[in-house]
Amino acid sequence: MKQMNCPLNGVRNIQEFAHGGEVVDQPDPNRCSDAEWAEFVFMEANTAGVVREWWCHVATAYWFIAERDTLKDEIIRTYDAGELFKERVDFTRPEAPKET
Amino acid sequence: MPFGLIKYALSSSYPGKRFIAARPELKSNYDVVIIGGGGHGLATAYHLARYHGIRNVAVFEKGYIGGGNTGRNTAIIRSNYLTPEGVAFYEESVSLYRQLSQELDYNILYSERGHFTLAHTDSAMRTSRWRAEVNKHLGVDSELVYRDDLARLIPQLNLSEDVRYPILGALYHPPGAVARHDGVAWGYAGRAAELGVEIHQGTTVTDIEVTDGKVTGVVTDRGRVSCGKAVQAVAGASTVIADMAGLKLPIRTIPLQACVSQPHKPILDPIIVSGSLHVYISQSDRGEFVMGGSTDPYPRYQTTSSLDFIEGLMSHVLELLPHLSEVQVMRQWAGMTDMTPDFAPIMGETGVENYYIDAGWGTWGFKATPVCGKRMAEMVATGRVPALIAPFRLSRFENFDQVGEKGAASVGH
Ligand SMILES: Cc1cc2nc3c(=O)[nH]c(=O)nc-3n(C[C@H](O)[C@H](O)[C@H](O)COP(=O)(O)OP(=O)(O)OC[C@H]3O[C@@H](n4cnc5c(N)ncnc54)[C@H](O)[C@@H]3O)c2cc1C
Repeated sequence: MKQMNCPLNGVRNIQEFAHGGEVVDQPDPNRCSDAEWAEFVFMEANTAGVVREWWCHVATAYWFIAERDTLKDEIIRTYDAGELFKERVDFTRPEAPKET
Repeated sequence: MPFGLIKYALSSSYPGKRFIAARPELKSNYDVVIIGGGGHGLATAYHLARYHGIRNVAVFEKGYIGGGNTGRNTAIIRSNYLTPEGVAFYEESVSLYRQLSQELDYNILYSERGHFTLAHTDSAMRTSRWRAEVNKHLGVDSELVYRDDLARLIPQLNLSEDVRYPILGALYHPPGAVARHDGVAWGYAGRAAELGVEIHQGTTVTDIEVTDGKVTGVVTDRGRVSCGKAVQAVAGASTVIADMAGLKLPIRTIPLQACVSQPHKPILDPIIVSGSLHVYISQSDRGEFVMGGSTDPYPRYQTTSSLDFIEGLMSHVLELLPHLSEVQVMRQWAGMTDMTPDFAPIMGETGVENYYIDAGWGTWGFKATPVCGKRMAEMVATGRVPALIAPFRLSRFENFDQVGEKGAASVGH
């Protein structure tokens, strides 16, 4: 059975994990165009080769980052998201539309 | 005809008719280049040659024709979808399939069995009722049936309430069918080749030339050709090819596995699908049980099989059909599916002039092969997008105008 090394829980069976998609920068939802937002939501690099992705260890609800090769089905490295995200990301609420 | 066979056996030269010419030399120019020699690409080539008089056409296939998902699917054909756009589209495909053996003068072993999508939860019953109503409204034979109907229609089915997911009812679609999938690819290829289409097997597309926003040529590992128009129909490789033309797609390439058992006498006529148990099963004309489940849990460009898959699938099959417990699995395989976020395909214009796409066929595109051939060819030949496929345009994502078909996907993903 395929196994993955969880940065928090060590080596576990792959069934314990959920794939969360590519690591991509989120555009500022208050400022970007609809097209930019649609691209962020829908478009996929779907790389044939080495990818950097979000994964979740479901039993402990722990999200982390994995680098893997989609051609060889090899997991190259897994690490805590803190390695990539050094600062806290605050989400500002968009201004409420004016009542008409 | 035993004498014919004896003559065949004794002949020193190969007496059989070749379906398609051995790999021809590349010409320097084609009116239309089709990338991908699966059912979709070959059907498009056939329709261009047969109905639109466009015969200077080349199909480039990296491996052998039908060796992709066309020859790997579980061959289920149905039109009981959820959205009106989807139902109308797949219904045209079913009507083309019904007379395809005559059209191609080649027996694709089209076999109508009746298709049951089992419902094990109240929400599945509601979706089934919704689908039945949409279907009937559009003239598709489809109805909700209950446990007593199922006991009569599929006596083999385990209707016990003492199981993990007891069956509450099903969406019944009498025209649901299976066909011989390789036959579909060979039939289209043979007829297209007779009309002058060149089918280049063992020819990998490595680049696409776009000049001033317009496609001008296609580069392969056997050389470059210029072309007036080009169509990509490469299923799991959609993103890789689209990237060559500078396009981005909302597609993930995810393996889907399937398997067949050893052959047995005919004991299961209908096609049975369970979304909750992630199972579909039918018995082929050769007597093998053809079984599949949900897609693999994460994207990959690979066609390896796994023990996890077969173990999970078998435990679920045996909950539905316990009498198959002594049946042995004979073969297991996988294909690379091109999954879209709304479970509907991507067909039509791309933003690159004269470059057309037929992708996003995921786990559901075999049933669409004839309609894709017909409508893609119409679009390429006339330059206009047929109304039937307009809802599936690539730009629907940018406009947040998806065609949500997840509720009609056979199994969970
Ligand atoms: C296990 C499984 C079960 C399925 N079950 C069903 C089902 O029951 N019903 C249903 O309707 N659908 C089903 N599907 C989906 C269906 O098989 C596909 O959607 C359909 O066959 C796609 O056909 P196609 O012609 O677009 O692609 P394919 O048949 O995959 O053809 C694409 C071709 O492009 C070629 N290619 C790739 N890259 C290049 C390149 N660079 N240059 C040249 N050629 C290239 C490939 O070699 C391939 O032959 C299933 C799929 C799988 C994997």
